[in-house]
Amino acid sequence: MGFKKYLAKRAITMFGVLMATLLITIALVGSNMDVILKQSVSLEIRQQITNNKSLMSSFKTPEQLDQYVQNQITQRIASLGLDQPWYTPQRLGLAMYKILTLDFGHAKFLTSDTGSSDVKDIILEKLPRTILLFTTATAIVSLLGILLGAIAASKVNSKIDKITSGFAIVSSSFPVWWVGIIMIFLFAFVYQIFPARATPEISVTDPRYISSLLYHMILPLATLVLIGFGSWAYLVRNFLVGVLQEDFILAKRAAGIDEKKILYRHALKNAAPPIVTVLALSLSGSLGGAIITEAVFDWPGMGRLYYEAISVLDLPVIIGATYVLTAFFLVSIFLADVLYGYFDPRVRRQ
Amino acid sequence: MSLSPKEIWKEFASNNIALVGMGIIATLFCISIIAFIAVPFETFREWNDPSSWLAYPKSALPAWINYFLPEKIPEHLILKPQEYNQESHGISAVTDVFVVDYEYNSFPSDFIYQYAARYQGAPLIQLSVTRPDGSTSMLMSTSLPLSAEKAMFEGMLFSTDASMKKNIQNNLRFQFSTGSVPSQELVFSERDQNKVLKGVYVFKVTAYNVSGNFEFHQSKFILGGKVYGLMGTDDLRRDLAVGIMWGTPLALFIGITVSIGSVVLGLVYGVYAGFKGKATDEVMMRFNDIIYAMPALPLLIILAVTIGNSIFLIVGFLVVFGWVGIAKVSRSMAMQIKTLQYIEASKLMGQKDFKIIFKHVLPQLLPYAFASIAISVPAAITTEAGLSFLGLGDPTFPTWGQILHDASVYGAAERGLWWWILPPGIMIAITGLAFVFIGHAMDAIVNPKLRR
Repeated sequence: MGFKKYLAKRAITMFGVLMATLLITIALVGSNMDVILKQSVSLEIRQQITNNKSLMSSFKTPEQLDQYVQNQITQRIASLGLDQPWYTPQRLGLAMYKILTLDFGHAKFLTSDTGSSDVKDIILEKLPRTILLFTTATAIVSLLGILLGAIAASKVNSKIDKITSGFAIVSSSFPVWWVGIIMIFLFAFVYQIFPARATPEISVTDPRYISSLLYHMILPLATLVLIGFGSWAYLVRNFLVGVLQEDFILAKRAAGIDEKKILYRHALKNAAPPIVTVLALSLSGSLGGAIITEAVFDWPGMGRLYYEAISVLDLPVIIGATYVLTAFFLVSIFLADVLYGYFDPRVRRQ
Repeated sequence: MSLSPKEIWKEFASNNIALVGMGIIATLFCISIIAFIAVPFETFREWNDPSSWLAYPKSALPAWINYFLPEKIPEHLILKPQEYNQESHGISAVTDVFVVDYEYNSFPSDFIYQYAARYQGAPLIQLSVTRPDGSTSMLMSTSLPLSAEKAMFEGMLFSTDASMKKNIQNNLRFQFSTGSVPSQELVFSERDQNKVLKGVYVFKVTAYNVSGNFEFHQSKFILGGKVYGLMGTDDLRRDLAVGIMWGTPLALFIGITVSIGSVVLGLVYGVYAGFKGKATDEVMMRFNDIIYAMPALPLLIILAVTIGNSIFLIVGFLVVFGWVGIAKVSRSMAMQIKTLQYIEASKLMGQKDFKIIFKHVLPQLLPYAFASIAISVPAAITTEAGLSFLGLGDPTFPTWGQILHDASVYGAAERGLWWWILPPGIMIAITGLAFVFIGHAMDAIVNPKLRR
């Protein structure tokens, strides 16, 4: 199987996953969505009629008015296609098509910071912040991890190696969000250095907003790094230890090449494929975890948006955010596949 | 893979980390058993019922904090009575005596006498105190409502009652102005200045009844303090030790059920796909790929919100997302085993596929299965805790995640209530660590490649 064919197959699977996730989401929230939509239609129509004084006065009995209102509501529901259940092929197809073209509709309760209730606007506003926080964290974690892992691998069974491994196992058994709470307790309560809530208080339009956002980012960032770099170092160490036992390294050693050069030039290069793959995968994993982490720190990104949407059951936002989160998740998995194939020629020729 | 159970056990017992893991898990099981025996099932049912926690203090520190402090913080005490009965001239007197040795430097925040009595007639209840300096004062007296039939009555006497302060002022003649001093401070104060008088206090509750038909069903004297019990209490006055203790069997149940469920499902699925091969394998693995690539947490959240958040449903949801990785590995292992000669032989003899799978293939994978069960427990526990933390867990059970959710709702971190945040997280981590230790040790035994 050629690498292109392999990638094409993966891409098709990914698209299938995206569709399946969307279908499940719509299936789960669909019936609720219909109830809410119908309610809002009838509310809208009642409001329109009560605001229209001349129309109101043309009715003689309350029964007549009721009759008229009911007719209007059924008409509107039919014109919106709400008279059919959500699982009819037309409605499902329409819903999927709308989502694929990024038309998520309007949010019921939530708005963006600038006041727009268009789900697309809300997501476009929150997404960069999530990317900012999590890519920065992943970058720092991987740098620290590779450095520390290389040091540990060069001195197997030394003190540094043992401390790294121990720290990795211990730090990865604490939930990130719990460590976040502890960090808030330490650095917002005991030592009042950082704010407990990571949402800046000044408005988005203020020029100082970015610097304030960065200042508020320090605590969540520190938490993500603290929890992440240990297991990274452990992973890199294990990959490197495996590579360092191979024959070509022994040959280089025998040729008298500097130990440092062997480690950083040759061993690291050969350990790169799995490291890069796991890096891409961990980025996608952290995006899923963003929901809880952002809820703890009140970081105004996609995760908190999702959490808020769930707590008020703002269905258009839930569907839109699930779509975007899933898409990012899949893109990073796909990227991991491509990178693996790029770094490891064996996959390409399989 | 051809190790006998005895050899595996021998290797396992010589591994220190595995033994530590076993030790922790044994301790956790002991805590679970103690929770089942010591904490009545009703208490844990009443976890979310505020009225059942009235006798407890609000956000009190754990009591052991006093060992580290130069100035001792008064402990919240729930005193049990010694009962005496007396009868003279047709009047019966039932007396409950509460003794407390008060050695703290600051006053209690309040005191409450809580009782439930069964009586006939119109009894009178009188509360009095004997102080370390020998002085005695009547604090309060109240008559219970008249009841012609024998009936149950529940009531409370509060230190904040206005009549109590008057009684103390009249009986104990203080040398300082008592105008703004609350009565719980006066009771425990020296005569000449407003400072704690240390020593043994005896509180006496006497119920007088003419007909002699009176018995206390419940009687406790609550001395309000700022520290309580092993783990303190939360903002809703709940004893956190009870919550942490009950969280242990719940976490073990969730972790072990989810991991066994997903390992069994994944094993059977993967082995079947790998054994069958060809189109069956292709279709099954594509389906596996789809589930594997789904973002678990968002979908779990949607499932919990729309379908339900009972603890059993959540266990089911976690299994749905938990089996995929195991299916992948066991498929490739099954494909290797499939080529072995004795499998071919039994195939030739006309053995049915299912029989071959269950008799010859699955047993080979058992060591791997046990290692994966241990390794996948922590993820199940943390994911459930995460869901509960978001407020999407089963609210009727005090899981550790649920306790942390309440802590975050009441802003425990920002207010510095560390005893509410630390124990649940540490318990989650310790439980996870124990299973990781065991899992890694088993993995090292099962996979000789990892051995050095």
